[in-house]
Amino acid sequence: MFLKVCLYISLVIFLLALIYKVSTWFRYKVGIGVAEISVSTRFFSAIKGILLILFSPKILTLLKVFVLDVLLQFRILREDFLRWVMHIFIYVGFMLLLLMHALDKYITVAIWKNYYSTVNPFMFLRDLFGAMVIVGVLIAIYRRFILKVPRMFTNAMDIYAILIVAVIMLSGIFLEATKMVAYSDYKRMVDEYSGLSDPEELKSLEAYWVKEFGTISPNLKEPFDEIILAKGKELHESSCAGCHARPQWAFTGYGTAKIIRPIGLGIDRAHLPSVLWYVHILACFVGLAYLPLSKMFHIFASSISLLANGVIGKEKIVPANRATLQAMELDACTHCGTCSLRCSVIMAFEEITNMNIFPSEKIASIKTLASGKELSPQELRHIQEGVYLCSNCYRCTVVCPAGINLQDLWFNVRETLLQKGYPEFLVLSPLSFYRGLMKEETVPKDYEKPLIQAREAIAAQCDLMKKKDKVLPLTHADRTLQGGLNLSAQAKTFSVCFGCQTCTTVCPVVGNYENPQEALGLLPHQIMHAAGLGIRDLAFGSNMLWDCLTCYQCQEQCPQGVHVTDVLYELKNLAVKQVREKTLQSMERK
Amino acid sequence: MMEFALFLGCTIPARLNQYESSSRAVLEKLGVGLVDIREFNCCGYPLRNIDFKVFILSSARNLALAEKKHLNVITLCKCCYGSLKKADYLMKENDSLKKEVNATLEKEGLKYEGKIEVKHLLSVLHKDIGIEAIKGKMATTFRGLKIATHYGCHALRPSQVVGFDNPVAPSLFDQLVEVTGAESIEWPMKLECCGAPLWGIHDKLSMDLTLKKLTDGKKSGADYVCAACPYCHIQFDKVQKMILSQRDVNHPLPSILYTQLLGLSMGVDKKALGLEMNEIPISGIEELLKKERELAEEKELAAQKETKKETASAKD
Repeated sequence: MFLKVCLYISLVIFLLALIYKVSTWFRYKVGIGVAEISVSTRFFSAIKGILLILFSPKILTLLKVFVLDVLLQFRILREDFLRWVMHIFIYVGFMLLLLMHALDKYITVAIWKNYYSTVNPFMFLRDLFGAMVIVGVLIAIYRRFILKVPRMFTNAMDIYAILIVAVIMLSGIFLEATKMVAYSDYKRMVDEYSGLSDPEELKSLEAYWVKEFGTISPNLKEPFDEIILAKGKELHESSCAGCHARPQWAFTGYGTAKIIRPIGLGIDRAHLPSVLWYVHILACFVGLAYLPLSKMFHIFASSISLLANGVIGKEKIVPANRATLQAMELDACTHCGTCSLRCSVIMAFEEITNMNIFPSEKIASIKTLASGKELSPQELRHIQEGVYLCSNCYRCTVVCPAGINLQDLWFNVRETLLQKGYPEFLVLSPLSFYRGLMKEETVPKDYEKPLIQAREAIAAQCDLMKKKDKVLPLTHADRTLQGGLNLSAQAKTFSVCFGCQTCTTVCPVVGNYENPQEALGLLPHQIMHAAGLGIRDLAFGSNMLWDCLTCYQCQEQCPQGVHVTDVLYELKNLAVKQVREKTLQSMERK
Repeated sequence: MMEFALFLGCTIPARLNQYESSSRAVLEKLGVGLVDIREFNCCGYPLRNIDFKVFILSSARNLALAEKKHLNVITLCKCCYGSLKKADYLMKENDSLKKEVNATLEKEGLKYEGKIEVKHLLSVLHKDIGIEAIKGKMATTFRGLKIATHYGCHALRPSQVVGFDNPVAPSLFDQLVEVTGAESIEWPMKLECCGAPLWGIHDKLSMDLTLKKLTDGKKSGADYVCAACPYCHIQFDKVQKMILSQRDVNHPLPSILYTQLLGLSMGVDKKALGLEMNEIPISGIEELLKKERELAEEKELAAQKETKKETASAKD
């Protein structure tokens, strides 16, 4: 009764949570142009997409992906053998326990007519599967806390996942062990199944079980007489062995039983077996009920992601389905950290403290963003910086064991955030090369907006640039500017500039304009001057700085050996640093 | 056997697979061993505009990874090349910087001492393998093919740091192109920038510069522009295609990767060359390869000349 009530309650919670989670796949909005697509359009479009694939030759690809990636998990194997062993052990062990042990009344009995949980091979297999899961969990703990795989972060969900599996498994093993030592359990079996009533016979059998199987008896103590044991053995073989294999076969339970033997009587008196039974059962039901809301939901979502991305490939996908797919992919992420391990730009984190640089950590932020929750400007800026700080190398997508198209996700989120209007200075770096290549396909019509915004945010901090025709007093000189240009120890060379203008003459960007000063502001030799004079505004405020190709013509040809290009690089660094700080401060004030 | 750590960078695996496959195929035929180091990260080039430290840490980590395996680095990208070279140069020149960088790398058990060399594919071909050795591997050569060689800024300059070739009058790439039988034409804008560094930052300016350069190449009589850098090539290929559709230009100068050109004359498997993967079609170039019959005739002619000479000298 208790079992049934618990089962139904947890099943109902499970189903409600499942419906809720699946509904987010159609409700959450990731990326550009998604706001206009209604939930029902997305739902029916997904159904149509699935049906189209199921009734096409692609079903074969789907089957292949299901076997190789979902069942055998080749994508994990390709990445890391130890991790594959870990995952296969947990997943195969757990699945088999679920099917053969938890659902034995429905599945196992239906297949094997002579099934008894206490006979072999079932008794041995149950422990074997349990041991597999335990080994898997131990590897998981080892990887996270001892091996310390680089850039793998542990959050509350990861700990919960390890804990719930560990509690289910350990309570199961301890339950088995306590039952082995508990006299009352022995007594119950004898009463129910043996059919013996002669006290002498009962004593012999008991002695045999105490000696051979570790039952702790309150009445009998070793050593026993050989004759009694021989009699007990005979009785065991005739009355018990038929439907109870030697407990040694249940090796995890038996091993544990050996350890807890000294307190065997106490265990029985405290009714520990039934306490553990409740723990075991309740842990299973909690695990089931909470599954859709926990990391374990990846069992469904990752499989769907692998299958979907396996058949979609690089083809065009309709916007409604792309939106649904990307919302679903957020659940498919297991926070395994492979993407962060392989990410090309992770060194950036050493200088820019923003967890959103790591792909594995971006997912959580994007989930919050997609749910429509209000985020502060700082939080939005952080996510924006994190998704833009990406060299678009596709490595995360290639290695993701759940097959998530991470690159597309970053790109999509990036564009949405850029349109929100917070200036992002990273757009003024060659990281934008990819954005430029993609503009005809996926970038919205406001393509130029973020680029203009970033330049304007910098120009806004450079007041002197606006006083074009005025005489500037040198009292604006910033003595710290020269000192600030020391990153590569080459930039200080600007002080030997004698104003021959060779840099400006050879500059292909200057050469591109009829009236270069109008388009570019200060020209290279003038910027060298401004740096020399310590006039920050003039050095930072020119378009020339951001229109520099870094082709090094100027530097190569400078007769004075001024590292013109390197100076421009450092000025850009400094400008971004100072302006970023100022815009952040003003945002905080607001 | 010559062995290098292959530094692919970010752009090639993501957007220019044919450059990787053709380079691997060509280098294999020339007996160069390539070691892949999975832990390699971005060279740091895209972040130099924003944060010098991120750039140098990124580059230095790669150098340290290669040094750990005692391997020199070969790059296919000139921006990666320029960045790695720059980082190597700065760390050799500036001891305190080196210490600071190594202190960060230490966290991963890495360290860069400066014991390895960074080379671009072209300098490996020219200096380590040599023109003569490449000549010996030719299966067939081109006839009447005019190529505009594009050197690429970050390979040539700053010459003090990279030491790739003479920065004012380089000839390394021209020689490598001429091995294939093609003519490397003289063109005024040969050493100018491709425009890629500004693509995505200031597209109009970037297109202006690219178009100017390509028009100059076309006017100078080139059939193809040839690059050995993913940024330059994508700029000349995909971006040129965008320019053609946006501006009133109808004289494309298609771009061929050097390893595609060399691979064709070395008789490398077509699949590896991936000619069809270029955005602006280049398959026409195959028609300029000398046919087997022509080659045989040529050989015969040379042999006849030889015997004539011999008989003449015998007569004397």
